[in-house]
Amino acid sequence: MTVTAAFFYLFATITVASGFMVIASRNPVQSVLFLILAFVNAAGLFLLMGAEFLAMILVIVYVGAVAVLFLFVVMMLDVDFAALRQGFLQYLPVGGLIGVIFLLELVLVVGAYAVDPALVRSPGVPIPAPDVMTNTEALGQVLYTRYFYFFQAAGLILLVAMIGAIVLTLRERVGVRRQNITMQNNRTQDTAVEVRKVPFRQGI
Amino acid sequence: MEFGDIVLAVAIMLGQSLLMLVALLIFIAYALYADRKVWAAVQLRRGPNVVGPWGLLQSFADLLKFVLKEPVIPAPANKGMFLLAPLLMCTLSLAAWAVIPLNAGWAIADINVGILYIFAISSLGVYGVIMGGWASNSKYPFLGALRSAAQMVSYEVSIGFVIVTVLMCAGTLNLSQIVESQNTSLGILGWYWLPLFPMFVVFFISAMAETNRPPFDLPEAESELVAGYMVEYSSTPYLLFMLGEYVAIMTMCALGTILFLGGWLSPIPFAPFTWVPGVIWFVLKASFLFILIAMVKALVPRYRYDQLMRLGWKVFLPLSLAMVVIVAGVLMATGNAPGMR
Repeated sequence: MTVTAAFFYLFATITVASGFMVIASRNPVQSVLFLILAFVNAAGLFLLMGAEFLAMILVIVYVGAVAVLFLFVVMMLDVDFAALRQGFLQYLPVGGLIGVIFLLELVLVVGAYAVDPALVRSPGVPIPAPDVMTNTEALGQVLYTRYFYFFQAAGLILLVAMIGAIVLTLRERVGVRRQNITMQNNRTQDTAVEVRKVPFRQGI
Repeated sequence: MEFGDIVLAVAIMLGQSLLMLVALLIFIAYALYADRKVWAAVQLRRGPNVVGPWGLLQSFADLLKFVLKEPVIPAPANKGMFLLAPLLMCTLSLAAWAVIPLNAGWAIADINVGILYIFAISSLGVYGVIMGGWASNSKYPFLGALRSAAQMVSYEVSIGFVIVTVLMCAGTLNLSQIVESQNTSLGILGWYWLPLFPMFVVFFISAMAETNRPPFDLPEAESELVAGYMVEYSSTPYLLFMLGEYVAIMTMCALGTILFLGGWLSPIPFAPFTWVPGVIWFVLKASFLFILIAMVKALVPRYRYDQLMRLGWKVFLPLSLAMVVIVAGVLMATGNAPGMR
């Protein structure tokens, strides 16, 4: 138990600290890297709770794919840090107001949250127990039976969003020479190369 | 648990990890030698043949050379991140070996979601490349980093679908159980490479693209980018990048062995072949895959970047998506799905 507690405090401290560094560091690339550190430590917290599937999916989806694309974009930005910090105080009241509203909402939600008495009696014990079923299986059983339509609907919404993004950014540019791969693959020696006899000192 | 038990458990795990690390690094040293010998043989050269008998100590001489050289850190580089990048690359690719079962019950950590762990760890390898390229603060490394970010994300998608098809046949995410599910009376014909042959090909090619191996070594294409993200690196940091890359390649070979070539199982399922220790079969199979990859490096010219992207998104993605549907349909129709047996 003490080992688990020690790891919990390690992961939790690093998660919170790197979360703070995301907004505090001056360089956007470093911000993204701290965000990744926060993700990885959050995955560690999931592991401690016995949710190994969620932990791995968090690393694969957020760290392995989303954050890479994020870093990809941020790296190419040419940000002038001095200019960025100039309007900082000007926006402080608005940002502070939004922060206060979020804090109030959090307090209201957490304050009104009622915990199932059955859960209080057995904190930290996964349902079903790990020796009966791995939590990957348990998630699959619930996701593909009881919540099947919600799961499909979520997938459909993502598909629509993706098609929407493609439609918004797709523009047909004229005058671009494109490659036809089938045509390239169908080229043979007969169609690509012509052997000519060149008369000496006359050329073609 | 008593304090003494914890210390003992940690000590055992450390010992196992150290043994694995040393064995793996020595194996990598000879894999590198084999890689160069294959490459040389294809080009009708002799390859490394000076250090030690038949050049067998070449990799160790290279190691000494790299360690004893002076590390040069460019003045405009972001120093912390510049040194962190190769460390990250090497550590992450070595970390994947914690779950790989070399024999029945021989994994250091036999976790439930082993395959997801390897997939997650190998998808993190791209950060070493991106950080190295960005921290160098120089043109060619940056271009190499950008290329690798797009390339590795693209080919991860098809590797993911390959893994999904194998998982549907095996019905488990545990690497040891995936190997056990291939343990039939058919031997070599019962492994997944035969029924899932198209996916084996997709996996083999995607593994090369994922590890920046020729013919997909666009992030370090020396004819265009000098050496890509490694341009500014020298001595030990360079060694760590190089080592990380080769360990990642061996990880992919081991993963291919587990998913498609039956891990530690004997190809002919009766004595005397079953008397051979499983770890020998495992190493032989992984070496076979490595020699194939080395042959591809020697034989195939480098891809152009747009061709690489087309292959990933327009050929492999539809193919592997279709195979997921087909395999699922066949398993359900024949009643062979893991839940139905």
